[in-house]
Amino acid sequence: MHMEKYLILNTLSYPILSMILMVPLVGALISLLIKDEQRLKIFGLLVTLVTLVLSLPLFTCFDLHTAKYQFAELRAWFPLLKLNYVVGVDGISVLLVLLTTFIMPFCILCSWRYINKRLGAFIFVTLVMEAAMIGVFISLNTVLFYIFWEAMLIPMFLLIAIWGGARKDYASIKFFLYTLCGSVFLLVAIVALYIKTGTFFIPALMDQEYSFAYQMWIFLACALAFAIKIPMYPFHTWLPAAHVEAPTAGSVILASVLLKMGGYGFLRFCLPMAPAATIYCMPYLIALSLISIIFGGYLALGQTDIKKLIAYSSVGHMGFVTLGIFLLNDQGLKGAILQMINHGITTGGLFIMVGMIYERTHSREIADNSALGMVIPIYVTFLGIFCLSSLAFPGTNSFVGEFLVLLGAFKRSTLVGFLAIPGAILAAAYMLRLLQRMVWHDSDGHAHHHDENEADDHSHVLTDLSFRELSMVVVLTFFVFWIGLYPAPLLNIMDASVTHLLGQISVGGAVADPHAGHHALLELGSWIKQVMTF
Amino acid sequence: MQVMLILPELVLIIMVLVLFAASLKKIQGVALSNIAIVGALLTLVATVLSCSASGTLFAEAYQIDGLSQLIKFLLCGTLFLIFIMCRSLSGIEEEMQNEFYLFLSLSSLGLVMMSSAVELLTILVCLEISSYALYVVISFRRGEGRRSEVEAAVKYVLFGAAATGISLFGLSYIFGLTHTTYLNEISAQLPKMMDQPMAVIGMVLMLCSFFYKLAMFPMHAWTPDIYQGASNETTTFIATLPKIGAAALLIRLVSMTGSGISEFTWVLVVLAVLSMTYGNLAALVQDDIKRLLAYSSIAHAGYMMIGLLSGNQLGMAAVIYYIAGYVLMNLACFLVIYYIAPRGENITFADLKGLYRRSPVLAFTLAVGAFGMAGIPPTVGFTGKFIIFTGALEKGFYGLVVIAMVNAAISAFYYLKMARAVYCQGDEDELQSLQLGFGVKVFGAFLIIAIILVGIMPQGLMNLADQAVAALL
Repeated sequence: MHMEKYLILNTLSYPILSMILMVPLVGALISLLIKDEQRLKIFGLLVTLVTLVLSLPLFTCFDLHTAKYQFAELRAWFPLLKLNYVVGVDGISVLLVLLTTFIMPFCILCSWRYINKRLGAFIFVTLVMEAAMIGVFISLNTVLFYIFWEAMLIPMFLLIAIWGGARKDYASIKFFLYTLCGSVFLLVAIVALYIKTGTFFIPALMDQEYSFAYQMWIFLACALAFAIKIPMYPFHTWLPAAHVEAPTAGSVILASVLLKMGGYGFLRFCLPMAPAATIYCMPYLIALSLISIIFGGYLALGQTDIKKLIAYSSVGHMGFVTLGIFLLNDQGLKGAILQMINHGITTGGLFIMVGMIYERTHSREIADNSALGMVIPIYVTFLGIFCLSSLAFPGTNSFVGEFLVLLGAFKRSTLVGFLAIPGAILAAAYMLRLLQRMVWHDSDGHAHHHDENEADDHSHVLTDLSFRELSMVVVLTFFVFWIGLYPAPLLNIMDASVTHLLGQISVGGAVADPHAGHHALLELGSWIKQVMTF
Repeated sequence: MQVMLILPELVLIIMVLVLFAASLKKIQGVALSNIAIVGALLTLVATVLSCSASGTLFAEAYQIDGLSQLIKFLLCGTLFLIFIMCRSLSGIEEEMQNEFYLFLSLSSLGLVMMSSAVELLTILVCLEISSYALYVVISFRRGEGRRSEVEAAVKYVLFGAAATGISLFGLSYIFGLTHTTYLNEISAQLPKMMDQPMAVIGMVLMLCSFFYKLAMFPMHAWTPDIYQGASNETTTFIATLPKIGAAALLIRLVSMTGSGISEFTWVLVVLAVLSMTYGNLAALVQDDIKRLLAYSSIAHAGYMMIGLLSGNQLGMAAVIYYIAGYVLMNLACFLVIYYIAPRGENITFADLKGLYRRSPVLAFTLAVGAFGMAGIPPTVGFTGKFIIFTGALEKGFYGLVVIAMVNAAISAFYYLKMARAVYCQGDEDELQSLQLGFGVKVFGAFLIIAIILVGIMPQGLMNLADQAVAALL
């Protein structure tokens, strides 16, 4: 097996990818020895910051002109099955690795006061989580990928189960079982691919030609796992439960990184390994994406719990991501990848904001948190910025991503484009509704009649953002506007890999039908008719 | 150096004799458990010393090869761990503690010998040595009502006797077909007969004894009652050592039938599916943790059967790897059961509630054991399933592997129920923190590290297992 032809081995003075994988793990083990709470927090923050700094050369030293896997490392691991420890990043995964290392310090920071029990365990679990997430994005070996993919369930389960809200019992089990059931077939697909090709090496698996039927099996087995993770309608029901019950750090990890793994899985497995099946299934997946966008938006519109609202908005946003992925054109894919990054920053920011208000008022109901504009103006300003970013306001990061996806959609089919637009409008509706209620007085008037005293005493109880909180939101806001105004660096990084991916799809599955999206809806329509008349 | 060949057996016999003398002298308490632990440690050392031995003894009925030595090492290592873990013997009557150690060592001796036996009658004799000792031990349990343990003991005897009878009947078929009781001579003739009804029936019936030891469908029915009725210490033993021995023998016997897919293979496929599905579904509704582990062991027997019936080197080697990992995960669960039941009572989900506040180490040990059995990476349970399934898919058993994966997903629910009880529930209750010795914490940490390390670095154990089974195929 000539693995080297897919790889550019790491030339930095240290094994960068293994380092950013090991630093959180070693940090987690060391954290078990620290007893003092304040030191624990600082130690956790330091470990995540060191990981972030170590990962920065991935951005600065990245070779933009190649779609090969860079910074790669290759070691024998389990020769009996020809398993290697092989890691590397391309233009798609490097951004997600950076997103992970970037978001993790915020997870520690936003828990500074929120987590008040078992802090040692919390730091341990969070750092293990970071390592597992990085592992998913850097693995170039299907088994390694699967191990990290599944191993992530345990720390996430513990995050929800130990530090979660009132219904943590239900939410943690649902999260675990839902995602586990999705990925059992992924393992079968991984082993089946090995039996067929004799390798677990992802780039080599992409280079094979499989029969159409085989591709369909592989595609379906993988897509189920990824559709649940991302989550796509109708597999989204675990997400609101998990989000609402998880502590702030858990929600941020879930929203910012975990959901991206579904999208990443589609890009890494389904598209390049089963291109013909992808093209065949494209219409259905586009239809499901559109349903996710509109369905998520509508559900978000009706929520009274802020966290639930953002959770459902995530379903809609992730609908845009899957839509972009399955448009199978340049703009769509780039928009989807960029939107994954944007969602990580914006929704992560929103969850951090919700956590802050929850620490102050101990309620996540919109009604209990209304009319804050006069009381904590700085908080509200930043909330406004993240809300605008979430609804893809021009000038913010999400605008660029959604614009690219919509552009791709219109290129694919006018109908798909038009159907995606209500999603954008719905986003404006629910986000502005949230803003209006939280910032100004509730016009309904009955919102706080049951706890009038507490609500009216907001001005005495609530304090505006502390330095720690302010520094978090300022950094996130910087990225909101930076990507919004100057997305070129990110788009350049993914350019070569996206072009390569499109090449793989067109070689592997003949050229995609330009009107396939349109057909999709026709087919879906006839299918619905069949079901109705059955 | 004939002595080196059976060094572990000799040390075990001496240990049995010493324990017997100790029982006459009425040595009890710490001194007794120290004798047992030192004895088990010495046998472990003996297995390490004789690990590369090979040869045959006793008219070629007793073969020392890679498989037998690896299995002996696993058996003695597990015995050592069990003796350390259950030092206090809180669930055994004082006056029975001598006999407890004596009979467990005797049973281990039978299993150790069984792993070397390559002649059908020798195998049966070894099997009986290991079983008879256990029949006695099951009824040793501290407590007021003696009903459940006596019931368990009687059931174990009856089922064991029935299984042996069925095995002997099957053996007569095989003898009738091949005119020999030596495994190597049988394996020269059997592969071409494997589509004949007589050979299939004979083999399946003969395997029943080992199905019984492994708690495999259809010889599984004793498992939940014996797990529930026997003391926690005895259950730990029953859940681990006999299964290692049975797995080793099944590897020897199934590999006799050749690597082709025959009618016999399909019988095993059906049994594997039934075992997994029945075990997992029944485990879903259990409240007693030991009963739950009993049903889960039925399911795990099904997973191991997949490796066996694949008939290739990878699948067979994976069975050894899997059973070793299974023992570690089982010990992790039983460690927790043992230490949250100071008076040796049975544990239900209610007792697990809020364990992570009572003892974080025990809670995490249980969680790692449970997640491991559910097959979540990076534990040995995942790697074992992964290699077994890879072996089965090499032979083209796609449907079987999909069923097994669905089963693994079902099983995740009840393992998760344990983790949930430990971590999510009992927040509001007043809980007393458990006072554990330093040794228990170290033991728990050892199991956690072993389960994870063997899981992410399978190469060492798999190489040994691979060499062990290579000679058979």
